[in-house]
Amino acid sequence: MALKIVKGSIDRMFDKNLQDLVRGIRNHKEDEAKYISTCIDEIKQELKQDNIAVKANAVCKLTYLQMLGYDVSWAAFNIVEVMSSSKFTYKRIGYLAASQCFHENTDVIMLTTNQIRKDLSSPNQYDTGVALTGLSCFVTPDLARDLANDIMTLMSHTKPYIRKKAVLIMYKVFLKYPESLRPAFPRLKEKLEDPDPGVQSAAVNVICELARRNPKNYLSLAPLFFKLMTSSTNNWVLIKIIKLFGALTPLEPRLGKKLIEPLTNLIHSTSAMSLLYECVNTVIAVLISLSSGMPNHSASIQLCVQKLRILIEDSDQNLKYLGLLAMSKILKTHPKSVQSHKDLILQCLDDKDESIRLRALDLLYGMVSKKNLMEIVKKLMIHVDKAEGTTYRDELLTKIIDICSQSNYQYITNFEWYISILVELTRLEGTRHGHLIASQMLDVAIRVKAIRVFAVAQMATLLDNAHLLTGNMQRNGICEVLYAAAWICGEFSEHLENPVQTLEAMLRPKVATLPGHIQAVYVQNAAKLFATILKNQEGNTDSTAAQETSQMMIDRLPLFVQSANLEVQERASCILQLVKYIQKLQQKDVEVAEEVSALFAGELNPVAPKAQKKVPVPEGLDLDAWINEPPSESESEDEQPKAIFTKEEPKHSRPRHTEVDEKELARRREARKQEQANNPFYIKASPSSQKVYQEAPGVEHIPVVQIDLSVPLKVPGLPMSDQYVKLEEERRQKERAEKKKKEKKKRKEKRSGRGKKHDSGPESEEDITPAHVVDIVTEEMPENALPSDDDDKDPNDPHKALDIDLDNLLETTARRPLADSEKLPVRSHRAAGAPKSPAEDGEAENATPQEPKKKSSKEKRDKKKDKERDRKRSKEEKKKKKHKREEKEEDLLGGQAEEAAVQSEETKEVEAQPSSTSAEVSDLDFWLSNAPVPSNTQEAATVAAAEADPAPEAPAGTAADSEPEEPKDTETEESKSSKHKKKKQKKEKEEKEKKKKKKHHHHHHHSDGGGEESVQNGTVEEEEPLPPMSNYCLLAENSYIKMVSDGDCDARLWKFVLLSIC
Amino acid sequence: MRFMLLFSRQGKLRLQKWYTATAERDKKKMVRELMQIVLARKPKMCSFLEWRDLKIVYKRYASLYFCCAIEEQDNELITLEVIHRFVELLDKYFGSVCELDIIFNFEKAYFILDEFLMGGEIQDTSKKSVLKAIEQADLLQEEDESPRSVLEEMGLA
Repeated sequence: MALKIVKGSIDRMFDKNLQDLVRGIRNHKEDEAKYISTCIDEIKQELKQDNIAVKANAVCKLTYLQMLGYDVSWAAFNIVEVMSSSKFTYKRIGYLAASQCFHENTDVIMLTTNQIRKDLSSPNQYDTGVALTGLSCFVTPDLARDLANDIMTLMSHTKPYIRKKAVLIMYKVFLKYPESLRPAFPRLKEKLEDPDPGVQSAAVNVICELARRNPKNYLSLAPLFFKLMTSSTNNWVLIKIIKLFGALTPLEPRLGKKLIEPLTNLIHSTSAMSLLYECVNTVIAVLISLSSGMPNHSASIQLCVQKLRILIEDSDQNLKYLGLLAMSKILKTHPKSVQSHKDLILQCLDDKDESIRLRALDLLYGMVSKKNLMEIVKKLMIHVDKAEGTTYRDELLTKIIDICSQSNYQYITNFEWYISILVELTRLEGTRHGHLIASQMLDVAIRVKAIRVFAVAQMATLLDNAHLLTGNMQRNGICEVLYAAAWICGEFSEHLENPVQTLEAMLRPKVATLPGHIQAVYVQNAAKLFATILKNQEGNTDSTAAQETSQMMIDRLPLFVQSANLEVQERASCILQLVKYIQKLQQKDVEVAEEVSALFAGELNPVAPKAQKKVPVPEGLDLDAWINEPPSESESEDEQPKAIFTKEEPKHSRPRHTEVDEKELARRREARKQEQANNPFYIKASPSSQKVYQEAPGVEHIPVVQIDLSVPLKVPGLPMSDQYVKLEEERRQKERAEKKKKEKKKRKEKRSGRGKKHDSGPESEEDITPAHVVDIVTEEMPENALPSDDDDKDPNDPHKALDIDLDNLLETTARRPLADSEKLPVRSHRAAGAPKSPAEDGEAENATPQEPKKKSSKEKRDKKKDKERDRKRSKEEKKKKKHKREEKEEDLLGGQAEEAAVQSEETKEVEAQPSSTSAEVSDLDFWLSNAPVPSNTQEAATVAAAEADPAPEAPAGTAADSEPEEPKDTETEESKSSKHKKKKQKKEKEEKEKKKKKKHHHHHHHSDGGGEESVQNGTVEEEEPLPPMSNYCLLAENSYIKMVSDGDCDARLWKFVLLSIC
Repeated sequence: MRFMLLFSRQGKLRLQKWYTATAERDKKKMVRELMQIVLARKPKMCSFLEWRDLKIVYKRYASLYFCCAIEEQDNELITLEVIHRFVELLDKYFGSVCELDIIFNFEKAYFILDEFLMGGEIQDTSKKSVLKAIEQADLLQEEDESPRSVLEEMGLA
């Protein structure tokens, strides 16, 4: 034995340790991979040895290599070996390695269950700690299920070090094994009031994380968190709580009202920016959820905006960024308050930091109005000119278009201005967004009829100066706008001033250098133009002009007939033949214009982008069904109607497609494209389809001549958009003046009737009338289109499983106590197993039929009397209990909850104790309603409780569902029953007063002001005597679990046999 | 918090901690992508960026970048504080920490991180108690080791 050890340590002397490895890697920079592979071989040798120290060293080195990106999954079993070493040093390394290398699919994880369990119950707290930390990284659903109970036990460990780790890891356990949430929750909640601040903050962390995902189940904890918020000074904890409230308020607007004050106080007082930021964010969230209900929050909004302004003005880039981010949240609901800081936000556009500039751009998007749109866009245009990086400039460009086109061009008062902005944007060099500008041009020209004359004139100039754009063309950049220009000029050619000139421009030889799809549009629209020209010229007496035009077409078109692009070629040859035929007819003096223009007659209406998707599937048509027998894998691949149904594909894709992985698909697509390109019989889809022109097939093949222009481009003859800003200003002023005149007249007339009327304030949004009467054509949708939009919630969200109703657990009436199946799995040989079963039976009984809750008022009163009696008795017992309390110090945590539970059970009117597990649900309503409380606080509480309490017979599921609606319900209920309530309260008051007189000495703590306040704030007064607990029977007990039953209550209450496990 | 990365200006990963199960391949891809983005940012830029569906908070200390990925609703500023706190802890433990300390004692750096954060949540907000826990665990390790060193001497003798 000794020899073995000696041998081992001698071996170790020659081993590399971690430091040697790191040093070695640093010294072998040239052949790192080779060096590491020899190291891995050594490690493999080391792992074969029996010496655990050697193994641990090897595992440690492997962990380092794993970080460098080497696969070490082969050593998983060795890691488990090291984990199970009895020595902390090795165990620590083992767990570290496991936490870095293991994941859910590591098969040896199954082997670790017992080892981890052993470590969890180790007498050494650091063993436990290391196991918990490791487990938090690689916990699997199986491990979570098997170890949930052990971890739950650790939550009540004597050492806070363990408690806090156990509490934190529970979150991971819940995620992996949602069934554990219900049984573990009461204890978790208990930890919110743990004496150790670390444990407390851990519990806050976990509950906040849970609640953020499923807030409605945690609404009942609001009073408790409110208390924590107002009492805690730990910023880390405060931030979590405030975030939690941010998630809760949308469900319960009254909570928001309650929060505003403490939050604004914090905003005023705190010096921690992180806390300030969190508060501001939550206040914003609260105000958003309140925006309809509370009119007097402008002060809070002002405060937030003010603070954010300070953040934005700060020199710290981080604060600036966050300030802008938060500002954009306010913007949605309170645009006016943000708009007043326009100067500051425009200033941020000049910031050095691109991410700040982008944030500012986002804000601007929401800040525009009819009034300031032109001004803001003008500023942005200046930035476009100044911007150096193309990415940022492209971002600016898209933002300008976004801003202008938002909500159906809502803010544009002058479309001539917008068209000239778009034209100005075409001067951008090397932008990727040519197609974006193009689609805007098309959209505006098609949908705003009034603007067509202007748009056509602009587009004609663009076409005329196309050489300036194409000269600057980089790949498929800006020349896309020529596509739009050609189409607009062709389609609306009746508005052209000089159609012959435009036609000439469209048939220039230079056009042949444009991408194919654009050429195709040129050719097609040249034909349209030709038709219009014929129509114009045929009316004239001189027929030579018409013949000249035909001759020009015949001269120029052959260039396109020779095009390598099939689309261009086909169209050109068709049209060429047509024109030749027309020429023949013209020579015979036949009038053809009528027939030629009939070719292009009819209006093209815009179709909504989603229209195709929205066509309802006719009944009885199964799109997924095969029409013919499914073909074999290899064929039919290239026959897919790709251009038309590409969007549909993900929806109706045949299962066989989903099986093929992306790489394979990409490869096939490539092959297909190649094949199509080489196949002379393959006809590409019509370029009039939007999709094709965006994809721009075959652009790469076109030789691009690049001309370096050092002088900034100015397309001659184009109006500057700035002009319009001025014009618009003048126009508005005129209008205003006219309005004022009218108003003056009116006022004069009215003056006799009334006194002076207030002067008309600054121009409001509605006052601005658009420059043209604009009719924005809406896009067409198919008949009976389905209005639905897809639900985009992720079904795989792990938090979904944690949407578990927890309130029932807190109710003493236990509408849905833990069923047998919900118990956490416990190892069978555990001592606790046996005594547990009777208790479970008892609980099961509990779950079965419950008395209907609604009772006649008489019954209630009776009950109250009973309770009164109970209370008297309990008062007597209290004294006894005090002694007990001292004795049972360590039990206090569990006991407290239990006692409170019993108390509220037997006497519902007893003051609400936020610390109790029971009262919250019913008292949440009361806590929230800030109504003036009469002296008989208890009675009011009872009423509120009775009302808020959903009927007990309701199954738990529906109770959970109705949770978010609760506020509404109760509110209406309250208003309905308010009369009734008042009566009741009066009665009760009278009763109460009588009672008071009788037993004043018993009631001192209920009727005094302190008690009242404690209810309102949801705080517990420490001095308050604790309710009785003497009437508990101990059922079973071991070191982990104590079971007690409460049998000593009124006979009527026997149906609520109370079981507590602590 | 989803994960935390430490990497050098040269783009060498020094520490990685993943708080959600992620496949090894995705991890590598994400790390590479993030390093590229973060290293490309200029020093005067703010410490936050939006990346995929996450928010990235990073901070540079000397030649080391500390980089955390948090979720949409998380607080960026508190994450910065977490990073700073971690650096403080390292600093206290190693005594004016430098990159080499973390390279050569990478397991210690992990232990400190694990004492400070667990499952992506802050475990203890007090610096003292974190350091105390680590010290005591180290003490335990030394106790473990000391008898063996005696044996080693025996072996040598």
